[in-house]
Amino acid sequence: MFLHDIGIIPGGTKSSSPPSGKPAIMNLSRRGFVAGSSLFVVGVALVGCSSYEEPKIDPNALDLPEAGPSPLTEVKGGDATPALWIAIEESGAVKITCHRSEMGQQVWTSMAQIVSDELEAEWDKVEIVQAEGHERYGDQNTDGSRSVRYNFHRLRIAGAAMKQMLIEAAAVFWNMEASECSAAQGLVSNSQNSDTLSYGNLAKLAARLQVPEEADVILKEPRDWRYIDKEIPSLTIPLITRGEGTFGIDVDRPDMVHAVVARPPQLFGKTGAVGDADTLAIPGVLQTIKLPDPISPVGFQPLGGVAVVATDTWAAIQGRNALEIDWIDGPNAGYDSTTFADQMKQTARQSGAIRLKRGDMASAFANATQKLEAEYYAPHLSQSPMEPPAATAEWNGDKLECWACVQDPQATRQALSDQLKVDKENITVHATWLGGAFGRKSKPDFVVEAALIAKEVGKPVKVTWTREDEVRHGYYHSVSAQRLEAGLDADGKCTSYLHRTVFPPIASTFVQGMDAPTDGEMGLGATDVPFAIPNLQVESGNAKGHVRIGWLRSVSNIYHAFAIQSFAAEMAHAAGKDQKDYLLELIGSARTIDPNAEGATYPNYDASLEEYPIETSRLANVVNIVSEMAKWGRKMPSGHGLGIAVHRSFLSYIATIVEVAVTPEGALTIPGVWLAVDAGTIINPRHARAQMEGGTIYGLSSALFGEITSENGAVVQENFPSWRVLRMGEAPRAFEVQIVKSNSPPAGVGEPATPPAAPALANAIFNATGHRIRTLPMIGATGSRLILPPAKTGQAKD
Amino acid sequence: MTTTLNINGKTETVDAAPGTPLLWVLRDHLKMTGTKFGCGVAQCGACTVHVDGTPTRSCITAHDSLGEAQVTTIEGVTGNAADAIREIWVKNDVPQCGYCQSGQIMAATALLAENSNPSDDDIDAAMSGNICRCATYMSIRRAIKEAAG
Repeated sequence: MFLHDIGIIPGGTKSSSPPSGKPAIMNLSRRGFVAGSSLFVVGVALVGCSSYEEPKIDPNALDLPEAGPSPLTEVKGGDATPALWIAIEESGAVKITCHRSEMGQQVWTSMAQIVSDELEAEWDKVEIVQAEGHERYGDQNTDGSRSVRYNFHRLRIAGAAMKQMLIEAAAVFWNMEASECSAAQGLVSNSQNSDTLSYGNLAKLAARLQVPEEADVILKEPRDWRYIDKEIPSLTIPLITRGEGTFGIDVDRPDMVHAVVARPPQLFGKTGAVGDADTLAIPGVLQTIKLPDPISPVGFQPLGGVAVVATDTWAAIQGRNALEIDWIDGPNAGYDSTTFADQMKQTARQSGAIRLKRGDMASAFANATQKLEAEYYAPHLSQSPMEPPAATAEWNGDKLECWACVQDPQATRQALSDQLKVDKENITVHATWLGGAFGRKSKPDFVVEAALIAKEVGKPVKVTWTREDEVRHGYYHSVSAQRLEAGLDADGKCTSYLHRTVFPPIASTFVQGMDAPTDGEMGLGATDVPFAIPNLQVESGNAKGHVRIGWLRSVSNIYHAFAIQSFAAEMAHAAGKDQKDYLLELIGSARTIDPNAEGATYPNYDASLEEYPIETSRLANVVNIVSEMAKWGRKMPSGHGLGIAVHRSFLSYIATIVEVAVTPEGALTIPGVWLAVDAGTIINPRHARAQMEGGTIYGLSSALFGEITSENGAVVQENFPSWRVLRMGEAPRAFEVQIVKSNSPPAGVGEPATPPAAPALANAIFNATGHRIRTLPMIGATGSRLILPPAKTGQAKD
Repeated sequence: MTTTLNINGKTETVDAAPGTPLLWVLRDHLKMTGTKFGCGVAQCGACTVHVDGTPTRSCITAHDSLGEAQVTTIEGVTGNAADAIREIWVKNDVPQCGYCQSGQIMAATALLAENSNPSDDDIDAAMSGNICRCATYMSIRRAIKEAAG
């Protein structure tokens, strides 16, 4: 996600995008600039089956003025110079550079849709080139649900500018005005005759023309979009169905060897004596290498330990199993999840640091007719993408080349430069396809491992993480304890509200001694609470990190939404009101919210509140839509319940209703889920719906089963199923998504479906059973039934 | 140790240590990387191949235990069921990241070959051994039913 959002920029500052130095065009006064009409026709290209023969353009035969530099290097979002993003080959192939990492969100397809639409490219001619990690592309950190948001404008500009240059090229060739020419589907035509020129034929001439100024680039009206907001099929999926395409773990290099690493069980545990005689006796094992211990703060450093290098992955795993290592306890040896949970809950019961304040919470609470308090707890989680981390490194003298499933190839390059002491210019990082990521693959520790080992071995090395490695040595979603208090008046209306959140911050991984929740994390659901409550306070409590804390799909929004949206339903129940109606009442009148005006420092996902305000009307709208979809209020069968939750995250508004069926023994099924999303402008509705389903299930999986715990500083869980994730038989039978049509600027879709899932589920279980679950997971790794606390009130909502 | 295997209708000779799972023989020795590693303990299904038509976890199947058996991988699976599954997978954009999908397709193909009209329960039973963290479960369920017609 976003280290810079929380004030941390690993490995230095972000650089601005330098000009690409690639060619482009001028505003030609074209009549007369070509000598007479003597355009040399050096060949013919047949177009389609018509008898029309397209003359082949030879730009060298033209006396073109020298083009100046691109004026599009600093448009909103970064460099929009067409040559940086688009290469049109003579064959007509349109190669579009994707600088973001493809991890199932279909970013190849969405980036191509944006460029191709403005370019008027033929979709069948579009191919993707995956960019290496380089500052010239601007931000490549593929998390924070912002690939489209960051790049929508500039990629439209790049596509439209290229189209205008192709039109200009045709006008030059035909000796016409550009206004007499137009482009569609890879062909330029004109109003004077029926001739056409194909993009492949025009490209070389266009490339020698001046890139237009942004003010002169005309973008399409949304009603004219051909690919944007259309269900364009994925560019990757045909390859996937044939087992093609290269993930990080699939990389192969000549003479490559394979490695796995035995890492200290504790963060900052050290490697003592190593016995590798049995390891080296295993067929295929080549050598063992002791890796350096990390120093605090751990950041993106590997964890140390011993690498086993072998001719294949299996031999390396067998060799690792045979190692005898004396692990030396480090400063986290005493970390125990049960004890730590108690400490965090204690912290949540004491006054914390005030992060947002409205009115006078304490006196309003004292005067309340009815008082509620509730404590919520959620454990560490592992991202667990189906492809575990894997990286290949190859040295050539002092030059380093790496191939890896990384979300942020620039941060990877920086980490390699910092830790291997190699100039960045001598490092090339290729992002492969990512077999899922969910935040884990933003941390390039595993690429550094590969580079360290390859340097010792003197050959290309692929490091593969086994599932046990991934589960036991992760960058975990933070454990959290939260306390909420509310005072209701005689009408059941909430007059005072306290939310206190305690968790080890992500910053603890990057800054020594950091134990205070950051503004960035507080802005993920806590300080942007949208409730119209007159007296309201948000506080934080500190907690130390004892494992590497990282970001996981939607980050702190997960536990904040779980607590806040569960508590909203608890308030409704206490007030004797319908949960949906009460939620709308809490959201209140249509208005925008500025947490900064009430003492918060609110990053708003790195966006301005002017462009992306917090709009309560959009929250209420998705609540109303989803209520209609699920027929909220309908009579439910015995043991069934509906639960609702709404949350804004990553600038998108999502309301979710979950239906559960719970047997008297506590066995749970999920007959249906309904979801309404307002994410502004959508590039591909089909792929957005897939993210809604995926993000929701990711949240349900964690809430039901997910728990990473530590004993003596070491993670207890090892693999599926001690680290349990949701399977097909546990998935909802029905899942309906409605996307709100919106002209607002594009917001996130990859993450925001996750936060409302857990509270909607908990609220549904309450309505089905009368039991309020405030501790996650609800079932756990080994259970088959819900862990239901005693029902305080003993009855479900009617 | 040299072993001869029948993979996708071709005879392949590999030199791997005794007991090496088929998964790593496919991936590291034969460079057939369509079959994926997900857990190594037959819990996730990413490594699913067909052995004589039966979905099999290649991560726990020793390559030197296969004898004359016919191994089929994602690169080589053909036939009516495979064609139907591939077609609907592409038409509906079933996968997301795609990493588990080789295994999903192998499992779904075997299901469809055996049961031309599977119910939701049949699908859940046949497919629950295949984990997808992107959660394409609902898409897979819909697609199998659509492929079954």
